[in-house]
Amino acid sequence: MDFFYFLEIFFSGLTRGSIYALIALGYTMVYGIIGLINFAHGEIYMLGAFTALIVATLLGMSGFPAGGILIVAALVAMLWCAAYGYTMEKVAYKPLRGESRLAPLISAIGMSTFLQNYVQLAQTSNYVPFPRLMPRFAFLSAFGGVMRSSDFVILVVSALVMIGLALYIRHTRMGKAMRATAQNRKMAMLVGIDADKVISLTFIIGSALAALGGTLIASHTGQVGFGIGFLAGMKAFTAAVLGGIGSIPGAMLGGLVLGLAESFTTGYLSGDYEDVLAFALLVLILIFRPAGLLGKATVQKV
Amino acid sequence: MSEPVLKVRSLSRNFGGLRALNDVDLDIMPGEIVALIGPNGAGKTTFFNCVTGIYVPTEGEVTACRPGGQPVRLNGMKPFRITGLGLARTFQNIRLFPSMTVLENVMVGRHCRTHAGILGAIARDSSTRREEQESVDRAYALLDDLHLAAYWNEEASNLPYGAQRRLEIARALATDPFLLLLDEPAAGMNPQETLELKDLVLDLRDRFHLAVLLIEHDMGMVMSLSDRVYVMEYGSRIAAGTPEQVSRNPEVIRAYLGETDHA
Repeated sequence: MDFFYFLEIFFSGLTRGSIYALIALGYTMVYGIIGLINFAHGEIYMLGAFTALIVATLLGMSGFPAGGILIVAALVAMLWCAAYGYTMEKVAYKPLRGESRLAPLISAIGMSTFLQNYVQLAQTSNYVPFPRLMPRFAFLSAFGGVMRSSDFVILVVSALVMIGLALYIRHTRMGKAMRATAQNRKMAMLVGIDADKVISLTFIIGSALAALGGTLIASHTGQVGFGIGFLAGMKAFTAAVLGGIGSIPGAMLGGLVLGLAESFTTGYLSGDYEDVLAFALLVLILIFRPAGLLGKATVQKV
Repeated sequence: MSEPVLKVRSLSRNFGGLRALNDVDLDIMPGEIVALIGPNGAGKTTFFNCVTGIYVPTEGEVTACRPGGQPVRLNGMKPFRITGLGLARTFQNIRLFPSMTVLENVMVGRHCRTHAGILGAIARDSSTRREEQESVDRAYALLDDLHLAAYWNEEASNLPYGAQRRLEIARALATDPFLLLLDEPAAGMNPQETLELKDLVLDLRDRFHLAVLLIEHDMGMVMSLSDRVYVMEYGSRIAAGTPEQVSRNPEVIRAYLGETDHA
């Protein structure tokens, strides 16, 4: 009995962690390439959830099967948010490139506030229900219900996406260009890489991942609100820092560690403490291991 | 008479009140090896930076012309476009991508000659795969040419110094240049390595039909390698000619040895 409880908490932690990881990837990739903490990234996640809700509602009237609706909604949300991410970079960050690092950071906070308020005005300030679209897998009940179907979907989808991303960055032409740009942007341009294009691509990929996370979590929890991006964004940021900001495997690991830590706190202590734990963790990492679990400590050049 | 691969006219570059380059002219013909020499701070690297798009020239004209092609004005062009045009360079202080492998460093150089985007990576269609294979083959061939094949899977930062220098050249060659700009390629090399480097540059020039512009302080290398030499001091060109002419030029001797006779 106790062991089943442990497993249940473990899997719900993994689920939560993989969502954090999906969002954290966007933070870490953008940071790796242009050294900016994109505080509006959580809002992209929220926009993804809303886009999926709109698409799902429209398709729901047509009598599509639920699983199909979820897939289409997720894809549309990813494309739409990729466009948001692309535009956001062009509007809010590109004009400030070459300015002090503080300028785009403030711009990011402004962007975040703007997007939240925009959705609040254009959509609603209330939480709205998200349709139940997750498929039910009968075989999971054979394991005593330690893992819900939606946990299973989230785990599998995010694992596949993260493996795909890792392969993309490792092996493809644009993946190599991204790594080269992250290591030395000026040199990358001198060997013929269009750094602007690489930066745009980074925002596109990061935003699509956040939108996927938003869609998955909305159909998992069953509700959406204009403010969900803030906390999710902060948690994912914590995950990225925990893993080592700028490091892609770090973001994945950081997300999972944070998700598990929160889940076990909720399961064995109290749900009241999960946010406290997450941010206490952030403070502790910043004090004792500022480079993160997988980050390399860098010596500041004098 | 063919068009010069690089034609620079009255090139100047100011940094605030400082004139780092002052009215410099320079021509490089196809297949030529040209050296740019001068005391430290003479403006040689600034010249490279103006030609490769890192700095925008304050005044003057920089045009490049692929042999048999049309001349293109480089002023204000972005560095990656200039590389795409066919100018490649190496740096005084080595700038590799340290945590990528040797092979990957060279393949990054192929970027501007390949086209696969995100859709190709997902679809993995035949043209994407062919392009990738070509890019790998080309990179291996270059590693062979530069005696780096044994290191192909090492991280670039783990290579010995001389090999890192050669890797920088391999990466530059991967962009299919017609003009190779080498910024102090022999810096930090021992006499034996410098000799090998000289042979390597000659060999590469012939094999890849390159023109070469190099900044170098090793006079032995400059004199034995170059077809022509330009000498700079305080941002201005003070002499130009064959190595023999330049080495007899009193202005050059003064610049290098200081004004010893006040007579």
